[in-house]
Amino acid sequence: MRIGVVTFPGSLDDGDAARAARIAGAEAVRLWHGDPDLHGVDAVVLPGGFSYGDYLRCGAIARFAPVMESIIDAARGGLPVLGICNGFQVLCEAHLLPGALTRNQHLHFRNRDQWLKVEATNTAWTNRFTPGQEILIPVKNGEGCFVADQRTLDSLEAEGRVIARYIRGNPNGSQRDIAGITNEAGNVVGIMPHPEHAVEALTGPSLDGLGFFTSVLRALAGATADGQLAGGQQR
Amino acid sequence: MTTQPETATGGAEAPRGVPNQQPAAAAPTNKPSGFAATDVLVDEFADGPDTVGKAQASPDELQPFGELGLKDDEYERIRQILGRRPTASELAMYSIMWSEHCSYKSSKVHLRQFGEKTPANTRMLAGIGENAGVVQISDKIAVTFKVESHNHPSYVEPYQGAATGVGGIVRDILAMGARPIAVMDPLRFGAADHPDTARVLPGVVAGIGGYGNCLGLPNIGGEIVFDPCYQGNPLVNALSIGVLPVERLQKKEATGTGNIVVLLGARTGRDGIGGVSVLASATFDEEAEQRRPSVQVGDPFMEKLLIESCLELYDAGLVSGIQDLGGAGLTCALTETAAAAGTGMRVWLERVPLREASMSPTEILASESQERMLLIVTPENLDKVLAVAEKWGVWATAIGEVTAAGADGTPGRLVISWNDHVVVDVPPGSLADDGPVYARPLREPGDLILLQADRAETLPRPSTGDELRETVLKMIASPNLCDKTWVTEQYDRYVLGNTVLAQPEDSGVLRIDEETGLGVALSVDGNGRFARLDPYEGARLALAEAYRNVAVTGAEPVAVTDCLNFGSPEDPAVMWQFAEAVRGLADGCQQLGTPVTGGNVSFYNQTGAAAIHPTPVVGVLGIFDDVTRRIPMGFPPPAKSGGDLLFLLGETRNELSGSEWAWVTHGHLGGKPPKVDLAAEQALGVLMGRASKAGLVSAAHDLSDGGLAQVLVESCLRRDVGAKVTFPEGETTPFVHLFSESAGRAVVAVPRGHDKAFLALAAECGVPVTAIGVTTEEQSLQVQDQFTISLAELREAWSGTLRKLFGGPAEVAAPAQGEVRSVTLELTDPQAPGGSLS
Repeated sequence: MRIGVVTFPGSLDDGDAARAARIAGAEAVRLWHGDPDLHGVDAVVLPGGFSYGDYLRCGAIARFAPVMESIIDAARGGLPVLGICNGFQVLCEAHLLPGALTRNQHLHFRNRDQWLKVEATNTAWTNRFTPGQEILIPVKNGEGCFVADQRTLDSLEAEGRVIARYIRGNPNGSQRDIAGITNEAGNVVGIMPHPEHAVEALTGPSLDGLGFFTSVLRALAGATADGQLAGGQQR
Repeated sequence: MTTQPETATGGAEAPRGVPNQQPAAAAPTNKPSGFAATDVLVDEFADGPDTVGKAQASPDELQPFGELGLKDDEYERIRQILGRRPTASELAMYSIMWSEHCSYKSSKVHLRQFGEKTPANTRMLAGIGENAGVVQISDKIAVTFKVESHNHPSYVEPYQGAATGVGGIVRDILAMGARPIAVMDPLRFGAADHPDTARVLPGVVAGIGGYGNCLGLPNIGGEIVFDPCYQGNPLVNALSIGVLPVERLQKKEATGTGNIVVLLGARTGRDGIGGVSVLASATFDEEAEQRRPSVQVGDPFMEKLLIESCLELYDAGLVSGIQDLGGAGLTCALTETAAAAGTGMRVWLERVPLREASMSPTEILASESQERMLLIVTPENLDKVLAVAEKWGVWATAIGEVTAAGADGTPGRLVISWNDHVVVDVPPGSLADDGPVYARPLREPGDLILLQADRAETLPRPSTGDELRETVLKMIASPNLCDKTWVTEQYDRYVLGNTVLAQPEDSGVLRIDEETGLGVALSVDGNGRFARLDPYEGARLALAEAYRNVAVTGAEPVAVTDCLNFGSPEDPAVMWQFAEAVRGLADGCQQLGTPVTGGNVSFYNQTGAAAIHPTPVVGVLGIFDDVTRRIPMGFPPPAKSGGDLLFLLGETRNELSGSEWAWVTHGHLGGKPPKVDLAAEQALGVLMGRASKAGLVSAAHDLSDGGLAQVLVESCLRRDVGAKVTFPEGETTPFVHLFSESAGRAVVAVPRGHDKAFLALAAECGVPVTAIGVTTEEQSLQVQDQFTISLAELREAWSGTLRKLFGGPAEVAAPAQGEVRSVTLELTDPQAPGGSLS
């Protein structure tokens, strides 16, 4: 399985995402923002960082990068896409996910080891977890406060599209403690904390982040088996 | 004396192969169009700029050298060197390069000791005088590290001052050919509850985080110290470390006649003009606020692109020489690269991409705009260099060429023109190397004898268990000893995925090589109070503490960097403190066998007559052959068979002068600092290295500020593990055991079954060991016959201080329990359990 990791100017956790993909057993393929060719990857990670310096708005410029045009098309066709932190912001700006990430309520950048409760496990990126599982993943952002209008929030809840919530403290003021969401098909997931920083005992607070990467491998294996493109179990 | 015609001929023609001033086209997304100086529509000078020709024609014209910080005799020397009066641009260049900050004119005579007393060392690939020292850590890999000050700008404009401090030190590391991989920040502020600290500290912290986080560099440690002596002169020091393949080491020499001089990175603006000469080389007065325009403004996104493009250029072998632009901007980079090679240089200033079209040649030369590098490249590589820059969306502009040295072997000249006006024609070495050198008068501070006589050992002490309990709680809530999470959680410590230990651990520990496990440990430490009481011993204590912090993680300390923060060198008492501190540090490094690889001097940390405490800050680098054996500071949860055994290493003496206890409970500073025994520090280091390799120790924490009490609290709270402590019978009272700041000590946790082996090893290494207790299931710190404090009460006292002072969100939860998982060590299997201590 080949997992593409995009490098925008200002991407910072691209190397870490590629390392996590490798540890999970995939081949990591580096994708360049200016190159629309996805090089036949089976899934894509949009990594953390400050793409284009966060100028204008986080993710607002990155969504127009040539590589994103291909990714947006492929995602609509079922390609598994995981946006981490800045990648989550890019996915919202690209309208692949609803809502927006705004300045942390306390206005500070915050880096800490954060407990999450996993909810939706029927996505391409969370199927290795069990509903209600508590996992420990580093969070680090200045603009991670998830906001959406009430109707969108209600429908995210009703459709089971919240993949994880902050527990034992909300680090940034996100509405309804939302840490990550998925699209209707379950192939596109955005998450504010950084699973790629929790894949090795030596450097991370846990190994819990690895589940996101092994999930997509299972989704892809399953998809190959039953001829579907992606998306985990259908509702 | 050679002279140049007013309108340069010959040399003014663009060399073949050099595109006339067009920078690389860049990605449309991040490439705004810039001005070139040739866009100037209105010549702001009625008769054009001051040129070499004019300088010859008007030798008696009065020049504002005093305002630029030059003394009468320095100005006369410039006239002697040039054989005429300097042009306005030349005067500005000399004033910058001969400033205290750039020329080290007051410190040079003392800093020589670092070279003269350098211990024999085969690891050093580059040392003092380079942008940063380079230390080889394996056959193929080297690391480079350096600490630098950005004190004055950070007081005037805390956010940008601190941000560009990070940017500047990172470019120093980059210029050596290394990929920057982490930063650390030793910070010192005035009184924690002073209103101005509430202005400076949050801005500095946000600036460090804003720049470092956006660059993608983990912040792995540092210091936060409060003392009223820093009220008007906060110290913002920044350390960076980088890693490089040995063969990628870069040089700054502008070699190769005909090679092209390329300016890479951000466009040049009017920010930071006078930064080094006006701001960093004079004491503050009430007009400090007006100097805000002398502070540079940073763009970390541009620096990130600059890093990536430089690394790609190095790997492709396209760079013959490189120098970062920091303090003194283009002036410093041009003169240093040419002087280092003995070559000359011809530069066309109108090619420099500008933010503001109306900048004068003097302003272009003096600008300290950030995120710029100067490259020397061969003509055949120029197009490839421009293509790499274009890929990353960074400006790259050929602004000049390297010219030959004199036929008789004399160094070449630096000739700079601006729209056909020759504004500079100087020997570059006269700026870079031949600045004034002063042996300034030294005099021991008049109050020192009285100060040393006023010992803290005679102060009233707590004696009962209840009094000791209250003292512990008061101490751990004090600003210098309290939890620093409010600051450190504003820094990214995870990015790059190689952070093994970060603050609040004793050292930052990084994995360097994923395959072999090669790693490094870094710590920066200083104690201004100790240095105030005795600068010689204070410098050695700072070195000893940083050395010990690295050693207790199990790493082998190998090299040193320093940032020497002092008051005005024009005050003989300050100069004496400086001379003593340098002597102490040089002697200490010689004895420990750890060479000083580079560093920085910051003078004029003084407001009016009040100087800061002399504050030598010392960084020590250590090496791990296998970083998985690092020892963390937190006590591990007790095993079913019983808690780990706690041992105190080293000797505890009745040493309280200059201590945190004297300061917090009595507001007292006096006496003599703790004794330094570097041989004992070395023995402790050897023991910890061997214990780490043998897997005998589960946790270790260095003793320094606040003594044993602080260490027990920190090691318990790190993973919420209790401890029960008993002090041995003897002359030393429980109070002295708890709060003495004797050097050369550490606390270790040893799993049951390893204790015999550990004690044997300690005896072999000659390190005194005292069994002091065990870790416990009970969630409390118990000191037998004295007091018990629950961990919850300790955490409450320890963790709320900075939030109360500097605001911010209410804490929502205790630190994640699982934080502990990363620091679980794989220990070798204990032999048959048979603990000798309960």
